Formats: sequence, C-alpha cells, structure tokens
Amino acid sequence: MAPEPKDHKHEIGDGVPPVMGPGYTFRSVSEKISSITLARQTPRAWWLGFAVTFAFTMMMLYTILYLLFEGVGIWGINVPVAWGFAIVNFVWWIGIGHAGTLISAILLLLHQKWRTSINRFAEAMTLFAVANAGLFPLFHMGRPWFFYWLLPYPNTMRVWPQFRSPLVWDVFAVSTYGTVSLLFWYVGLIPDLATLRDRARNRFVQIIYGIMAMGWRGSAYHWKRYEMTYLILAALATPLVLSVHTVVSFDFAVAILPGWHSTIFPPYFVAGAIYSGFAMVLVLAIPLRTFYGLQDFITLKHLQNMGKVMLATGLIVAYGYGIEAFMGFYSGNIYEKFSQVNRMFGPYATSYWALIFCNVVAIQVLWFKSVRDNPPWLFLVSLIVLVGMWLERYVIVVTSLHRDYLPSSWGNYSPTVWDWTMFLGTIGFFFALMFLFIRLLPMISISEMQTLLAESKEKGEVTTEEKR
Amino acid sequence: METNPGLYGLLAEFDNPATLVQATRSAYEAGYRRMDAYAPFPIEELPDALGFHRTRMPLLILIGGIVGALSGFALQYYCAVISYPINVAGRPLNSWPSWIPVTFELTVLIASLTAVFGLLALCGLPMPYHPLFHVPRFSRASRDAFFLCIESTDPRFERTSTRDFLAGLSPREVTEVPQ
Repeated sequence: MAPEPKDHKHEIGDGVPPVMGPGYTFRSVSEKISSITLARQTPRAWWLGFAVTFAFTMMMLYTILYLLFEGVGIWGINVPVAWGFAIVNFVWWIGIGHAGTLISAILLLLHQKWRTSINRFAEAMTLFAVANAGLFPLFHMGRPWFFYWLLPYPNTMRVWPQFRSPLVWDVFAVSTYGTVSLLFWYVGLIPDLATLRDRARNRFVQIIYGIMAMGWRGSAYHWKRYEMTYLILAALATPLVLSVHTVVSFDFAVAILPGWHSTIFPPYFVAGAIYSGFAMVLVLAIPLRTFYGLQDFITLKHLQNMGKVMLATGLIVAYGYGIEAFMGFYSGNIYEKFSQVNRMFGPYATSYWALIFCNVVAIQVLWFKSVRDNPPWLFLVSLIVLVGMWLERYVIVVTSLHRDYLPSSWGNYSPTVWDWTMFLGTIGFFFALMFLFIRLLPMISISEMQTLLAESKEKGEVTTEEKR
Repeated sequence: METNPGLYGLLAEFDNPATLVQATRSAYEAGYRRMDAYAPFPIEELPDALGFHRTRMPLLILIGGIVGALSGFALQYYCAVISYPINVAGRPLNSWPSWIPVTFELTVLIASLTAVFGLLALCGLPMPYHPLFHVPRFSRASRDAFFLCIESTDPRFERTSTRDFLAGLSPREVTEVPQ
C-alpha cells in the first residue's frame, strides 16, 4: 500500500490540482509505470482479489454449462417477459463500455489533457465490458451454437438476415464496436509494449512483449503515421460509440410496446451509457491509484472532472425520465398512460423509485466541490449510480413487457438463482480480466504521459531538470 | 556498390528532444537523406526535420471507408432485393433508410481495419529483426534516449567524415551499427 495519500490539493495558486504531480522526468515516468508490470513479486492483495474474482468467473462458467445442458428455462424468462436479465445485463454492460471510448476518442479530439492517464485502463474496461455484454444475447439465443445464423453468409437454407430489423443492426453495431475498441487499444499499446520489451530482463518476458510490440523502434517516420492513424481512429470511434447505444435503444424504440416506442430513447440511452461508464471508471480508478501509489498520475483533477461528467450526464438522464413520464400523460394514449402509472405504482414500483433515488437524487451531492474532491465519497456515489443504471434497464425491460395491450397475456417476472449466478459471474469475470490486465500490461500509457511531460516542460509548468 | 561493408549506419545519441531536432535539421541541411530519428514518444518537429511532411494514411483510410460504405449497402441490397425479397406490409424492397445503421457500421469497421493494417504495412511492421537492435544502448530509445541514425546507403555517407559530422552535433556518443 502507498504510505500516505499524496493528493496535491494546493499545488497551484488557483486551487486547481494539476494533471500530473511535480518532479517527474522521462525516465521516472517510464519506470514508475512499467515497473508495476515488470515487478517480480505479485502483491499478495492482487492474488487475493484475483482468486475471489476467478471464483466468480467459475460460477459463470458453471451457469453457462448448466444452461447449455438444460436450456434457457433455468432462467426466469417466460412469455410475456422473454427478455429478462439477459437483455438488462447486456444493455448495462454495453453502456459501461461507452465511457472508455468517450475518454479515449472524444476527449482526445477535444484536446482534454486529463484523459491521458486514464484512457488505457478505461479502454481495457470497454473491451471487457463488451465481452461480457456479448455473452448475454449469445446465451439467450437458446441454441448459441447457431449464432452464425445472424451473419449474412451464403447458405443452403437460401435465406438472409432481415436487415430491416434493429436486432440485426445490433449484431453489426456491437461486433464493430468490439473490433474497433480492440484495434484502438492495441495500437495505443504498441509503443509501451516496446518499452516493456526493452526493460524486461527475463528472456521469456522479452520474447512475449517482443512479439506483441512487433519490432516497434520509435522511428520518427513511424511516429508520424502512428499519430495520424490514432487521431483518425479516434474520429471514427466517436460517431461509432454514439451509434452503438443508439442502435441498442432502437431494439426498444422500434418495437410498438408502450413505454418503449419513443424518440427520446437514443439520446437518453447514450447519456445513460456514459453516465454508468464514468461511474465504473471511478470505481476502478479510485482503488487503483491508492493501491499502486499513482496519485501523481491519476490526480484529484481527474476525479473531479469525472465527477462533473457524471453529474452532467446524470442530469440528462433525469430529464429523460421526466420527459418519459410527461409524454405518458400528455400523449393522451391510454396504453402509454397506463404503462407510466404501472411503472410508478405497479408491482415493480420499488425498483422504479429505487432507480429514481440512485440516478436522480443521490447524484445531487456532486454539485458540492467537497464531494468531488473526496475519493471515498465519489466511490460511493459511483456504486450507487451503477446500481441505479442497472435498475433503470430492469424497469424498462420488465415493466413494459409484463403488461402489454391484452390483459390475457399479462404476467409477472422474477429472476431465478441462475439469473443471479450468471450476472454476478460476469461481474467477477470483468474484474478478473481487469486484474490480469493491470498485472500484465501497463495500465497508463507511458508514451502519452511522456508527451504530456514534454509539453509541460516547454510551457515551463515543470521546473525539474532531467537528471541522470 | 557496397562501399561500407558490414555497416548499417552511424548512430548518435542525444540527451533531449530539442538537441535531437536540432541535430536532425543540421544533418538534413548537410545533405543527408537516408536517415531516421528515434524517440520514446512522438516529437512534432522531428518528421519535418527529416523532410517527411505528408503521410498517405488519411487517403488509405478514406478509401477503406468508401469501400466499407459501398460494400455494406450493396450487401443489404443484394440480400433484401435480389436474393431473398420479402414483402413486408407492402413496403418497397429497397427500403434504404433502415439500411443506414449497418452501412455506417461497416464504413467504420473497414476504415478502422484499413487504418491499423495500413499503418503496419507502411511502417513495415512486424519486423522482429532490425540492425539497430544490435546496439545495446538503443534499448533506451523506448524509454528516455533520443537517437539519430544516418544510414550507410545514403550517397553522402562516408565512414569517417559522417562520424566526424555527427560528433560535431554535441551527441552523448556515436556508435557504429553493424549490418
């Protein structure tokens, strides 16, 4: 553990914490970040955390095995609520992934310097969240071994996917998103993998990082192409990330079910995605910086800014809830009105009011600077937001499905133990992958931190001289 | 025409980005062209100092994007209009508005794949072996050292005079890089 938290609250006159602590050189930045990966000793707490999350991963695999053996009937889904946890969790995980792309792509285009130290692990978070998200529709299919029927390929059945359906758009959106996130992440990693290759002393480690670095040698010609490629990839990922949750929301909005069939869905889903994603970044960043002593790289400035983004997107989401309720009554449509009343006062009213508390009421504390300055408080608020955003999807999926136009087809939904083992299992899987990532790859981009350092030196923000 | 057998080039090491850029400019002014500079992070002025002003990456990615858009739309048109037409409530078979999402996704996908594989192709990566890796100090190029290498294939390259020229640019040291 770090001996003392070193939060530079009062480093600069105007009270704004810097994006990087003082006194760093190109060498010390490189060594500080890469030594976490190259350390011979794995911290005991890492083993403990990995063991727990790995156990949850095994629980997920056991659930999947049982599901393949028995069928989706082990879950609580049935007519009329055929979507249940699988779709709730899918939307929740996909949403969490969005913050990673927002931080790495959109903030890059907007020249936000503070993104530099958090983009790498936020992108890793995106990848792992998308991987988890993909599991749910896959196993919800019932016969997952026929998943390739979703893809357009010439087949002996002489049929093609229905391209007018949002469910097919979803296949393309999510698989493109996963692929582009992986490419973006890997391209960003190449120079750092070269650093690890050159610093490693163990022959085996050198070979592994050497293969992954592909012979990168920092040539100026390569750097120029690299920077251009990285910028354009960011420009491509920016509309992509907005399109993915838009398409996910079309799964709902294109259906004619009351409570789903609404044009507010795309923007309100995208805002909700970024909202929950930033909450997850904070949940990961706050323990990481304390545990690995990275307060100089992930400073209070980062935490404050993420708190502000969370507040802003949270207010957009709150506006979405308001408009949904308003339109339910203003539309004059009895089904829409009923679905709103049923949401607020029906069998799932507890979930609805809990989500309003988590997503609308609880985040109001972020207006206070003292809360945004306080990592434990931010951590707590982020956890509440994650729960709230999960409840939001639960309420949207279940309340609209369980009461549709015909009272004869009404029913209720409750998850079974296998729904929970699958959901908690994916959370364990996500954190197990994060544990592996922080142990095996640099969790902060070394070359980008050095660029940031070079820029601050030019501006005289850093006074220390390079020492040998 | 091998005038310097067994030699890849001469490698000069510098303390910081500013001296490297300065040295590269001097080398360019002295007429050297077949050279490269190495740094642990991108330095904006460096490619210009080497005389490398434009990269073909944006053009490649644009072509990738156009190919993606056209093939994405063509795929859906073929499936829904030619190969497997289904009449859905009398709507036109060529219902293009509902094909925009997939067309967009494929545009981004093919453009991104072109970007990454194009980058690797133009940089000649993966390249597991390179003569520079013979120089032990070169391993610092990915950490905190800045290098300029004038290659022996440059017409003006001459073992001793080039060495003297590099030594005059206040490097930390100049090393010979074996082939």
